Amino acid sequence: MDNMLHISASPHIHSGRSTMSIMRDVLISLTPAAIAGTVIFGLRSLLVIAVCVASCVLLEALYNFITKKDQTVGDLSAAVTGLLLALNLPSTVPVWQCVVGCVFAIIVVKCLFGGIGCNLVNPAITARVFMLVSFGSMASHGMPTIVDTVSGATPLEQMANGGTVPLTDLILGIRGGAIGETCAIALLLGFAYLLIRRIISWHIPVMYIGSVFVLSLLAEGFDAARALALTLSGAVLIGAIFMATDYVTSPATAWGKVIFGLGAGLLTFLIRYYGIYPEGVSFAVLFMNILTPYIEKLTAHKVFGGKAV
Amino acid sequence: MSFFLHGVHVPHRKNTADQSAKRISPVKTVTIPMSMHIGAPAKPTVRVGDTVQVGTKIADAVGAVSSPIHASVSGKVTKISDILLSSGNTVPAVIIESDGEMTPDADMQAPVIASREDLLVAMKDSGVVGLGGAGFPTYVKWSADPARMEDLIINGAECEPYITSDSLTMTERADDMEYALRVIMKHFPLKRVIIGIESNKPAAIASMKDMAARIGGVEVCVLPQLYPQGGEKVLVYHTTKKVIPAGKLPIDVGCVVCNCTTIAAIGSYLQTGMPLVEKCITVDGGAVAEPQNLVVPIGTSLEDVFAFCGGLKSTPSKVLYGGPMMGVTVPDLSAPVLKNTNAVIALTEKESRLPKTSACIRCGACTNVCPLGLAPAQILLAYKKKDADMLKALSVESCMLCGCCSFNCPANRPLVQTNSLSKQLLKETKAKETTKHG
Repeated sequence: MDNMLHISASPHIHSGRSTMSIMRDVLISLTPAAIAGTVIFGLRSLLVIAVCVASCVLLEALYNFITKKDQTVGDLSAAVTGLLLALNLPSTVPVWQCVVGCVFAIIVVKCLFGGIGCNLVNPAITARVFMLVSFGSMASHGMPTIVDTVSGATPLEQMANGGTVPLTDLILGIRGGAIGETCAIALLLGFAYLLIRRIISWHIPVMYIGSVFVLSLLAEGFDAARALALTLSGAVLIGAIFMATDYVTSPATAWGKVIFGLGAGLLTFLIRYYGIYPEGVSFAVLFMNILTPYIEKLTAHKVFGGKAV
Repeated sequence: MSFFLHGVHVPHRKNTADQSAKRISPVKTVTIPMSMHIGAPAKPTVRVGDTVQVGTKIADAVGAVSSPIHASVSGKVTKISDILLSSGNTVPAVIIESDGEMTPDADMQAPVIASREDLLVAMKDSGVVGLGGAGFPTYVKWSADPARMEDLIINGAECEPYITSDSLTMTERADDMEYALRVIMKHFPLKRVIIGIESNKPAAIASMKDMAARIGGVEVCVLPQLYPQGGEKVLVYHTTKKVIPAGKLPIDVGCVVCNCTTIAAIGSYLQTGMPLVEKCITVDGGAVAEPQNLVVPIGTSLEDVFAFCGGLKSTPSKVLYGGPMMGVTVPDLSAPVLKNTNAVIALTEKESRLPKTSACIRCGACTNVCPLGLAPAQILLAYKKKDADMLKALSVESCMLCGCCSFNCPANRPLVQTNSLSKQLLKETKAKETTKHG
């Protein structure tokens, strides 16, 4: 029986896309932001990135080993979490705090809930929130090292106090903030890549960024330049393009994504204007993560031909 | 309400698109199973030792949904014994040793069609079943109340990779199709006849447009290239904008759907009286030395088919009846070509390699490509819990098993496969309930 044939149910071919190839594309799309962050905030950024990526991958490998689960680090999702977390931290964050953040992201948020696909909230964003409320170092943002900085405040803080920030600085990312959040060009490049590779759809980022802009426009008395500056400051771009579009914790339906994006935009705006924190992206995305199952239920596809009677 | 029916872009691999059909050289034996259609297996009317000619009836239809079967070669019946079909069912098969002459049955004559009843009898006697793959006896489909039939939709979508045999029917057998359509349109009060063809088949579209111009009252509808364009519900929607309700048939929205090769087979019978005894099949796949379209007697073994196509140049991993999206694997090469076989594909290990199954990442790739808007990932969870109520609520019964979800799933989860199991589970649950209450 040496010429036995394989028997299986159809289909017998596959699109070729895998979890690993998707995560690889996400890593590629984050590369411009990582490079820009390193240029703007100095080599210490690279250290933060390296520590976070390595910690996340090792922690997941270790967890799988100890609990005798299939090894999943090959799917690169732990590396994505590590990179995303690093890009959302200031370049000045102590290394031990990075490691603690990674333990929270990978072990608490991801692995204890069942690993990839089972986490209720985005590991990177939840770890960032955890670090924000735990460590004082998170409040003092990193400052660009390639220029002499005049003030120690982030543009959001500057603008909240009535100041202005040059638009070119915001677009290039020459401003205070987390490693990967400042350079708008690099982030938009990543967005374009993700769209071209069809990894994500436009719905969440466009709705999120758009709603922050429109709400800022209303709040700032239709001062378009100021509204744009507010949209480009803080973490709206990185949050809308990379954090809010996490498959696991955002709706899969197109209308669900629209609601998710609008909700996150509204919450970000509300926290910025009425909350005690200058920035609300992490909290907004985290809150929308929790609402995702309900949004998905609300926007479930209509079955063609309706229900059988 | 308007829908956009999703689907997936499958690779075309229509390597045989420019070739006309060749005829296989006479084969030594044919193995003709008594079940090449949906419904009760036919009952053999010949005995071992009987002499038969091409077109001699060798089995009668049994019951309301069944089909007669005819000898595909001339020669002697050497054996009638059970064989295992790829469906997993064991059915009797008539094995005929060919005399190599291919002598047509002497009693054969074209049927005289004076009425709709004559046409239905002819459709039954022709042994024609749904040749797109379903194998539903054609005369049964046409036995519905003619007053309900508004549109005849002819399926020439051919959306599966590799397969070109239907295109070939449309380019090379337009005369047979025309003959059948003229008779059908005379005896059935159809309002429209629409031929649906995917846009990547310009020759077939041109040929059908010519035919449509000759007949009048026939339209050619060019469909976008998006698998599964040839799925019944999808085709009916894209050609007529009619939505077939869940659990209903095309006839419930006034449509009769027939594959183009089915129509050609009817036309051929009406002109000559030669029933369905041979099929044009696409022989392709990476393991086949010379991919081509081949006209073969029904019952020819796949071994003979491949041998005529220059043999297999590498060991196939899977051999399929039909295309790689919905095709059925055969256990070994002694399997025969059936009435509803439109292609035989021998895939290499590389061509049919699937990624490793991993955890669902909730990306929505399954539900976002489902033409019917189902949620395969949720169906899989419900099936794991054997939750029949939930499966019902998720409308899994509507699933046409096109396989877009599994094709597109980056975690390669067994989605359409589970849909199939879920449909079975619901059928069993329903049967149990009926026994309990009945």
